[in-house]
Amino acid sequence: MTLEKRRLLGRRQLTAALWRGAMLAATAITCSLALFIVIYVSFKGLPHITWRLVSTAPSHLQRTIGILPDILNTVYIIFAAVTAVLPIGAGAAVYLTEYAENKKMVAVIEYAAETLAGIPSVIYGLVGMLVFSGTFGTSLLSGALTLAVMNLPTVMRTTQESLKTVPQSYREGAFGLGAGKWRVIRTVVLPGCSDGIITGCILAVGRMLGESAALLFTAGFAHVLNGFFDGLAGSGATLTVALYVYAKERGDLETAFAIAAILMALTLFVNMLASFAGAFFKRRREA
Amino acid sequence: MKKKKEFMETAVHGLFLCLGLITVGCVLLITIYLIVSGLPAIRQIGLSGFLLGKKWASTAPEPFFGILPFILTSIYGTAGAMVIGLPVGFFTAVYLAKAAPAVLKTAIINVVSLLAGIPSVVYGLVGMLVLVPGIRTFFGVPDGAGLLAAIIVLSVMILPSVINVSVAALEAVPKEYEDASLALGATPTETYFRVSVPAAKSGIAAAVALGVGRGIGEAMAVMMVAGNAANMPSLFASVRFLTTAVACEMSYAGGLQRQALFSIALVLFFFIMVSNAALNFFLKGSKKR
Repeated sequence: MTLEKRRLLGRRQLTAALWRGAMLAATAITCSLALFIVIYVSFKGLPHITWRLVSTAPSHLQRTIGILPDILNTVYIIFAAVTAVLPIGAGAAVYLTEYAENKKMVAVIEYAAETLAGIPSVIYGLVGMLVFSGTFGTSLLSGALTLAVMNLPTVMRTTQESLKTVPQSYREGAFGLGAGKWRVIRTVVLPGCSDGIITGCILAVGRMLGESAALLFTAGFAHVLNGFFDGLAGSGATLTVALYVYAKERGDLETAFAIAAILMALTLFVNMLASFAGAFFKRRREA
Repeated sequence: MKKKKEFMETAVHGLFLCLGLITVGCVLLITIYLIVSGLPAIRQIGLSGFLLGKKWASTAPEPFFGILPFILTSIYGTAGAMVIGLPVGFFTAVYLAKAAPAVLKTAIINVVSLLAGIPSVVYGLVGMLVLVPGIRTFFGVPDGAGLLAAIIVLSVMILPSVINVSVAALEAVPKEYEDASLALGATPTETYFRVSVPAAKSGIAAAVALGVGRGIGEAMAVMMVAGNAANMPSLFASVRFLTTAVACEMSYAGGLQRQALFSIALVLFFFIMVSNAALNFFLKGSKKR
């Protein structure tokens, strides 16, 4: 081996070692960042989660802070938003895969969904404020409708993916027996893609849990304990908005970290549920 | 009987068509609302005075509405986040898609989706309590809340999007390309970087575009760490992004100030549309192969 060749080989090995080192370092950074955030928030937040915190409303008289209204608001808003987005998202997906024959129409709808997915939440918040809060006032309902529009692409896309996996032969079999299109969709196609719809909804719930900027101007800041329908009609802070208020405006970091820990546990749980559901349905389908 | 069934079919078809068109309607509604409510203030202030004005003092007796500081902050902030976040995301993605053993890969992908699931207010909170004091003591500046803190928070927040899209692109590279390279005597690491990465370049470009879109659009986390004063951007100055400029004043704004906030949202929307178009362009390019 000549000197020249040996030097070349040395350089090759050095470059490869640098690449490998960069890969390992980057992966280590990514993982340690995630672990640091989770551990830090749990460490700072978990000790401050008390029964009184999660089971009462804040009281000025007793000078206590409770986040029960915020928890309930979060539940109400997610429930309402999912109820609104489910039929629209799933229906749009059914239209795209079962009915649409015009390629241009499909392209337009899919492009619209991609655009919706890319719009930042502040803009949703602003337009939601103009459109929904203009009609329903600053209320959980306005916030829920804003969230529904934001998550339309998520539900639509997962439903579409799972509609594509319903075998064409099922549809042909049903048509062959004389069923009309609507009947085929109702009895064969929709049951076949229910898993995709469920996974999509769980994913959407995860995103709604973490959303805040879109809710500041649509759902407002109130911490009042309400039932479902009064809650929807009135203004209310979700957990994320409450976190922001406690951390930034009141400087009550203990409560903020307690909410952060609860939120993180919830999103973690919901995301795990989504991936479990996805894996479960996939296995059931293959079996 | 037959007529009734036909009618039913047409009605259902129409219903599903309407549901499909709601998506298009939403996009149109958002666009039209932003344009209609954003243009009056721009017209009143003047386009160049609005976009290139260096001073924002919306509540002063003699108000100034120049949003150049916000535009530049958004651009610098996102660019900075890309400079820090992109290399980390890129190398992690190559490792995940090509080099990692199967068990480790599943574990790390779960960690990345954990990072993606953390709400932005939690990022903001951790940034507020860890980064901001850290920057203050490390660089010896009076207040750590500013552009640098926002850049670091954003660079962490864009990681999951960059990693996921790049991994998908790298995994779609045909195995024959890599086999050919290995057969010619290249080591695995050389193959990943000299063959797989160039072959996946439009997917990786899409990851960059997605990261830019996320960075420009993020509001809450930035609002909690950037200080929110309307300064021209510099690394340790308290700054406002386009997103936070809207969010900061919206709750109490009225009159021309409120209209100007809608105009800022319109400018933000324009930036997002450009990054979306880039994203679609690169995604199409990676699908074509």
